[in-house]
Amino acid sequence: MDATCIEVDDVSVFYGERQALSGISMRIPRRQVTAFIGPSGCGKSTLLRCFNRMTDLTDDARVTGRILLNGHDIHDPETDVASLRRQVGMVFQKPNPFPKSIYENVAYGLRLQGGLSKTELDDRVERALTSVGLWGEVLDRLQASALELSGGQQQRLVIARALAVQPDVLLLDEPASALDPISTARIEELIEALKSDYTIVIVTPNMQQAARVSDCTAFLNLGKLVEFDATQTVFTNPAGKQTEDYITGRYG
Amino acid sequence: MPGSDPSRRYGAWWQSGAPWIWLNAAAIGTGILAVAGLFVLLAVRGLGHFWPGEVISFDYRTNAGGLHIVGARAGREAIARNQYLEAVADDPGAVPDPVERWLVKTGNRREAAPDFRWVFAHRATNLAAPPDVVVFERTEWGNAYGFLVGLAENGVSVSGGPTWAALTERIERAGRLRSEIDRLRDSEIYEIDRQLERLRFERRRRALDGVERVGDIETDEARLRAAYRAAAIRRAELSEALGRDEVSIRLMDGGEATFPLGTIIRAWQPNRMTVRAKLGHYLEGLWSFLSEPPREANTEGGVFPAIFGTVMMVLVMSVLVTPFGVIAALYLREYAPQGGVVRTIRIAVHNLAGVPSIVYGVFGLGFFVYAVGGTLDDLFFREAQPAPTFGTPGLLWASLTLALLTLPVVIVSVEEGLARVPQRIREGSLALGATKAETLFRMVLPMASPSILTGVILAVARAAGEVAPLMLVGVVKLAPALPVDGNFPFVHLERKFMHLGFHIYDVGFQSPNPVAARPLVFATALLLIVIVVVLNSTATLLRSRLEARYRTVEN
Repeated sequence: MDATCIEVDDVSVFYGERQALSGISMRIPRRQVTAFIGPSGCGKSTLLRCFNRMTDLTDDARVTGRILLNGHDIHDPETDVASLRRQVGMVFQKPNPFPKSIYENVAYGLRLQGGLSKTELDDRVERALTSVGLWGEVLDRLQASALELSGGQQQRLVIARALAVQPDVLLLDEPASALDPISTARIEELIEALKSDYTIVIVTPNMQQAARVSDCTAFLNLGKLVEFDATQTVFTNPAGKQTEDYITGRYG
Repeated sequence: MPGSDPSRRYGAWWQSGAPWIWLNAAAIGTGILAVAGLFVLLAVRGLGHFWPGEVISFDYRTNAGGLHIVGARAGREAIARNQYLEAVADDPGAVPDPVERWLVKTGNRREAAPDFRWVFAHRATNLAAPPDVVVFERTEWGNAYGFLVGLAENGVSVSGGPTWAALTERIERAGRLRSEIDRLRDSEIYEIDRQLERLRFERRRRALDGVERVGDIETDEARLRAAYRAAAIRRAELSEALGRDEVSIRLMDGGEATFPLGTIIRAWQPNRMTVRAKLGHYLEGLWSFLSEPPREANTEGGVFPAIFGTVMMVLVMSVLVTPFGVIAALYLREYAPQGGVVRTIRIAVHNLAGVPSIVYGVFGLGFFVYAVGGTLDDLFFREAQPAPTFGTPGLLWASLTLALLTLPVVIVSVEEGLARVPQRIREGSLALGATKAETLFRMVLPMASPSILTGVILAVARAAGEVAPLMLVGVVKLAPALPVDGNFPFVHLERKFMHLGFHIYDVGFQSPNPVAARPLVFATALLLIVIVVVLNSTATLLRSRLEARYRTVEN
């Protein structure tokens, strides 16, 4: 299979008159972790939301350019947004479990697809919870409300929920920024474990985190892609002065 | 020391905000007191009516002469001495201050009207509570008060004399016969009538369609007529059996009155009853008020059809208004492009809530009853014309009119509920591949369900208390049949119905016997409030359970 999972070709995003991203082109490698870093407001979250067309939800947002997922244009009129989003899972900054039971949270996406028997459903829920290391913790209270879990557990539950529908790509939008250090460490371990099966794109405000978990790093500033390379290279031997300044903490 | 200066102390107290807290507390307290006071007033004036109070007898001196009065005290009040002396010629030396006035219910409306008299307490002498006095509750002419003097079977006095035991035994027999007659009328004869009516329609339908074959109809009609004759003969037999016994009583003026025992519902000797017996009698009376239809132009008997009609109307209204309100709110909040048009619609919806309810009544009559109902009749019930089936006020149209009336509160409340569902929950659902509709129906609407119920609660509270529009679209003083019964199709939404709110108006202000009906007005009002409270608390309970279920940690 092709080593490129998502190909971004000259993508610009406008919110009304304001341009949030201009001319981004990049190839996100398959089954690796790609981190987007950059000062706040640089457009890294916007770019992430383009990949599963969450930008469609914003009334005045307009995307130009092409984004190819496994070679298919996601803006093609033939593309079904719902099935695109099943292929490209997303986890948000603050944990957003549904006000339902733990089981129902994970089963939600599966129920939408339908056609699964009770045992298959149970099995998929168990596998998803196991893959985020939550199964042992919630085994005896699957029917309890997801809101009773701690913040870190909730975020892992939300990841399990996204994994249950078996996506190719997992988009993580600052997944640990609302969590304590121990929970953050667990999320990072989880990312490490998941990357053999999924293409992961993570937006993070924390450069150490990007350095720890990612294979490739993209540095964005003011809506432009400044540098995109292997993480090792970006952090030790950045090509641009701007990148170096940001990484060494001169601004941002 | 600053605390010793009163003006500064006062200023500090003012600045602390405490006066506002006190003001709020006073406002709340006043509100609660007003509601509690209303309940107490209604309960005291309404529920006392069913208590078998002592029956008194006394000699009463009027300026025209003396008379003997037997009756139950239904009220007392004090009037000023000089006011009394201005109105009544009396010896000033014998008049106390204030003058006490009693309202005495003497009953016997047929035998010796009027059935209520005002008497001045100081003119009554030989006040006593005769133990033998009997009160009869009758199916017609109201209560009778008197002393048992005769009991006759087929015109012959019963052996053993007119004893209390013989009387109660015969009253029980009469009660059984009466309910048998009622059953015969309400099920058998009614059903035969209904089938005959259907055959008549069938005949007309065939005539309209140009079909000449009527042989099968005639066979059925002959069979039904025979059944009807049989039922009528049975009814006549039962009626005759019911008319077997007669009871005679001595009235307060010494005269005697005789009436058929079959008209007696209950008889009791209040001055002989223990408190326990009175309590039983009271509960029995209260139960028959709740469970029986009214008699005597609504001034006697129960209010069951009105309770049933009110609850039924409110339920049908809720069933109609909820989906409409939810769908309208979903469109306005979730689908319509937010802008001038939606803003205008929203303002219009809010204003609809302020339209006087009688206007809805007129609209309901013109649109639902005449336009929609009339069209339905033309299309589906032409054999019954010119008699209308749906083109006349009825339960369905009343419920629809009230659904329209309460639609704004439901829309507003559901819209607020939808707005409170956090964006990140919606995004979470969409990101899992749910479509917008799936997100709305599987996630957003369940989370907004407490607000939907809030809307329904407000709608129910408004609809249950509404009277004016109902008078135009379906409520009547006396409905011959309930909107639900054992006859196919069991629910008859085209029927006219009774309503507690209208019942209060009718009994209180349109009654031929207002003094007798007054306690019933209070009792009915209490009942209406209790029903609204029960409906509301049920919905509130449901809402709090839903709220607990869909509470998000933080919004």
